[in-house]
Amino acid sequence: MSDAPTFERDLADVPTSAFGSRSLTWWGVIAFMAIEATGFALAIGAYFFLMAHEHSWPPEPWLPPDLLAGTLFTTLIVLSEVPNTLAKHAAEKHDLPAVRRLLIVMAVIGAVLLVLRGFEFNSLNVRWTDNAYGSVIWLLLFLHTTHIATDWADTLVLAALMHTREGEEARRFTDTSENSLYWRFVWLTWLPIYLLLYWLPRWAP
Amino acid sequence: MSAAELARDGPTLHGPELAARLERSWSRDPGLLGWLATVDHKEIGRRYLVTAFVFLALAGVLALAMRVQLARPDQNIIGAARYNEIFTMHGTTMMFLFAVPVMDAVAIYLIPLMLGTRATSFARLNAFSYYVYLAGGMLLWIAFVLNVGPDVGWFAYVPLSGPEYGVGKRADIWAQMVTFTEVAALSVAVVLTATILKQRAPGMSLDRMPLFAWAILVTSLMVIFSMPSVALASGMLLSDRLVGTQFYNPTENGDALLWQHLFWFFGHPEVYIIFLPAVGFVSEITATFCRRPVFAYPVMVMAVVAIGLLAFGLWVHHMFATGLPRVGYSFYTAASMAVAIPTGIQIFCWITTMWLGRPRFDVPFLYVVAFIVTFVIGGLTGVMVASVPLDLQLHDSYFIVAHFHYVLIGGAVFPLLGAITYWYPKVTGRLMSERLGKLSFWLLFGSFQLTFFPMHLSGMLGMPRRVYTYPAGLGLELPNFLSSIGAFIVALAFVLFIANVFLSLRRGAIAGPNPWKAGGLEWATSSPPPPYNFAHVPSVGSATPLWDGPLKWMSGLRVDEKEMLLTTVVSARPDLREPVPEPSIWPFISALALTVMFVSSIFSPWAVLFGLVPLGVALIAWFWPKQLEPTAEPVIE
Amino acid sequence: MNTVQSVFGGQGAEGAQFLSLMTLFTVVTTIIYLLVLAYLALALWRRRRTEHTVESGDHAAEPPPQRTALIGWVALVNTGLIVLTVASFLTDRAMARTASSPALEIEIIGHQWWWDVKYTGADPSQSLETANELHLPVGVPAHITLKSADVIHSFWVPNLAGKQDLIPGRQTDISIKPTRTGLFRSQCAEFCGVQHTHMALDVTVENRADFLRWYRAGLQPAKAPTAPLAKAGYAYVMTRQCAMCHNITGTEAGSHFGPDLTHLASRRSIAAGTLPMNRGNLYGWVADPQANKPGSKMPTLGLEPNELHAVVAYLETLK
Repeated sequence: MSDAPTFERDLADVPTSAFGSRSLTWWGVIAFMAIEATGFALAIGAYFFLMAHEHSWPPEPWLPPDLLAGTLFTTLIVLSEVPNTLAKHAAEKHDLPAVRRLLIVMAVIGAVLLVLRGFEFNSLNVRWTDNAYGSVIWLLLFLHTTHIATDWADTLVLAALMHTREGEEARRFTDTSENSLYWRFVWLTWLPIYLLLYWLPRWAP
Repeated sequence: MSAAELARDGPTLHGPELAARLERSWSRDPGLLGWLATVDHKEIGRRYLVTAFVFLALAGVLALAMRVQLARPDQNIIGAARYNEIFTMHGTTMMFLFAVPVMDAVAIYLIPLMLGTRATSFARLNAFSYYVYLAGGMLLWIAFVLNVGPDVGWFAYVPLSGPEYGVGKRADIWAQMVTFTEVAALSVAVVLTATILKQRAPGMSLDRMPLFAWAILVTSLMVIFSMPSVALASGMLLSDRLVGTQFYNPTENGDALLWQHLFWFFGHPEVYIIFLPAVGFVSEITATFCRRPVFAYPVMVMAVVAIGLLAFGLWVHHMFATGLPRVGYSFYTAASMAVAIPTGIQIFCWITTMWLGRPRFDVPFLYVVAFIVTFVIGGLTGVMVASVPLDLQLHDSYFIVAHFHYVLIGGAVFPLLGAITYWYPKVTGRLMSERLGKLSFWLLFGSFQLTFFPMHLSGMLGMPRRVYTYPAGLGLELPNFLSSIGAFIVALAFVLFIANVFLSLRRGAIAGPNPWKAGGLEWATSSPPPPYNFAHVPSVGSATPLWDGPLKWMSGLRVDEKEMLLTTVVSARPDLREPVPEPSIWPFISALALTVMFVSSIFSPWAVLFGLVPLGVALIAWFWPKQLEPTAEPVIE
Repeated sequence: MNTVQSVFGGQGAEGAQFLSLMTLFTVVTTIIYLLVLAYLALALWRRRRTEHTVESGDHAAEPPPQRTALIGWVALVNTGLIVLTVASFLTDRAMARTASSPALEIEIIGHQWWWDVKYTGADPSQSLETANELHLPVGVPAHITLKSADVIHSFWVPNLAGKQDLIPGRQTDISIKPTRTGLFRSQCAEFCGVQHTHMALDVTVENRADFLRWYRAGLQPAKAPTAPLAKAGYAYVMTRQCAMCHNITGTEAGSHFGPDLTHLASRRSIAAGTLPMNRGNLYGWVADPQANKPGSKMPTLGLEPNELHAVVAYLETLK
């Protein structure tokens, strides 16, 4: 084909890494967030669909979940946005020492959240086998836990990677930035689920 | 590092010298390990295509078995239980293992070529998706051979598929097969969306993108928003069956209709996920064989987008007989009818393209004509079943079987066969035989009508779907006999088509880069294309670059490493140079670990927990960056 | 075309409305289809051709007449769709009205794979239970409540009306107003397991007098058998497996797990339409249900020849 190609531009000076929607990683993360958000939305739809069958919510004689563990979890995950944002900014400024530090903070927070989540499962006051109400709140909590666990594992790997020579690669900073973006998704999706699990059963007649 | 500091051989590096250098960077290792590790979208696309056609053949054989059983009334050649397995396998295989993956196959192969890029995005994810798809298909078919195949229909309505009535592992295998194919389809959707939005050749702004790419973009977005629904539904079914949740159990305030809502929220868009790529095929073929671009490009694009949106508002029309509030049905009737508007527009635009151009009646174009003649019937019967009073009679009868085969075979398989004939020379370097192609075309077109048209009648004569026999005296004898005869001729036509594919590999005329003198970028590289697709980056100034003056190129990508160009989303200005992942065995191993986890979870829920360990290890190895080579000097063309 | 199981029958008020709406849809869609075919044929074979192709150099041209035609086509398609949507909506409303103020209350419960049919009388003594047959008086709107005992089934008498699903945990209903007498056949329309195929319901639409005669006969308990062979059969049925599943009013057999047998011999078919009712088929069915309807919940009992003769003789008395 290229016997005598006509060239109209040299691309050699085009950069090799960037943040946000310029990077391919960002699009991948956004696409997976869209898939998972759809999954959450449909699970929430199922929650309301099943709720419509009941005269009371939770159905008699079950009690709503205890508040303590879930509320502690919610407080911590909202507060985690502070180090998360700091990590994102540090990555975008290519500040390696700060990124290393903050990723470890995020990994510790993730571990604490997983422990708190264990207590949450224990305070639901219903088992998944009891009735459809029990099934659907276990489903929502389980779905969200998989996201906490996935991002925690991701953060651990990234933290390890940043402590090797790989950390100096510009693309690793993009990865860190997208990991922070994903974490925002994880805690933002938690808020409606927190309301549905802990508060709606208290408000609903 | 600025461009000036880079060691570079080009633009002096060109011709065979450049090709050899690129070949070295882009080719994979030989041998089985190299074969399993490849991330070349063309190899993966070909594997998808071949696998999908194997499943088509298997499901086709099952269709013949059903037609033998139904050829005459009150027959008992295939027993009731076996028949139920067979129609379940036929529908499941056709929908999950043929129709969606085959469209993915063509898109994975062609999209990077049409966009003028060297690879898909997330090349390893692409490879992973193929192995997951293959594993899901094998799970289903090995189960069938071992006599534990599903027997609950491709729609697996609860409670028939639930823990109380769906005894054994049959329904679990169905549900887990769904999980496999959803993981695969969602992965491909992510790959294609990112590729189409970020990797178009410089100058290929959204309004110059081939209609096929538009169709695939909308299809991929539909997959992203619809497939989670069936994944969730089948996950809930599995947990009802395996760990005792009560989602669908009415005695514990679960609901059987929850399944139907979730299933059809996926199931209806699914039809358009299969149909829209065909819209892309038809558009490309029509343009090439009428020697002009498709009439009213912006209107065509809007029609594709409109179909994608409307498809999400129709699912309740599968549930008109479930006793939901009747007033609400009117909305779904109106929405279902409204789909006829964008579809009607597309039909008009294609015919107008033929009117304005000069049609050439080669085999691919014949399939387009057959598509219009056949698909419009399916669309119009679709308008009928959108009406509640009509649907209550026609629903779940053979009329529906006729309707959706007109839509799916007429609307998707005819264009697919046209597309295969059309792009075959690009993939193999040789043209398919026109004579054999025309013979199989006419045979298929005629026998299709013979098989499926009488089903409209048998449905209206009261024949429900999914019955393994029917009594004599209801007037069902003749239509069923005709359908059975037709089915065997359809099979013969497919055999001839496949024979043509194989014979032409050796005997077909050498094609050259652009045998049809088409206008798209995929025809600007050799046939078959080299592993790196294009030696330089093509630059585009119109929607049909090869028809609008000599193509211009850009240079400056690395040749010592795999590299591709990212461009901006709307106007496709050069933006980033992006490394392309090297071949890796880890996507294959990850798929293997996932398979072990999914399959063993059918037998114990703890397998999910234990299965995560090998999967996690494989995924970390997959994403761990390769060692830096500090001495490597980038070489740029 | 107009058989006992056909949407062309139109022997019910809804069935007739369906036919007129179907005719309208067929006419409109056929016109649209013929227009598409005509345009396609002309586009492919028109002789005097002004080309806008690559070869003629102006392939990007989009002449104004075609643009106008596109707008016209969209308007035409829209008009057709609006006409059909409105017609569909009006028919739906009309159907809802035809069977208002029902004079007959019936409950049908779907089972794998047979139909339990209950007529609700003024008091329990006037309530009638039967299986796999439905009798309706002509001209009288009947309201049928639909339930399922196991999986989803669908009730469909094509000659009379459209279908309605029977869903466990839910209650649906359908109203039917038959307008002509006749014998019809109905068949489960939702896949419900192994013997979905053999889950039929015999429908009889008769005049009021015949219906009342059938109803009154149905309220009678089964007559005690008199012939020695039938008596032996009666003894078998009461003391062996049969009574564990079936009800025969007026006897000790009172289980409702399987179809009611009180007036079995007066029905048109055996085992939900599996076999026509006659002595030979009764023999065949009782001797080996699993051969006739594989997967049926009724086991093959392995009766001795003398037992078989006796049971069939007794069943034949259940008129």
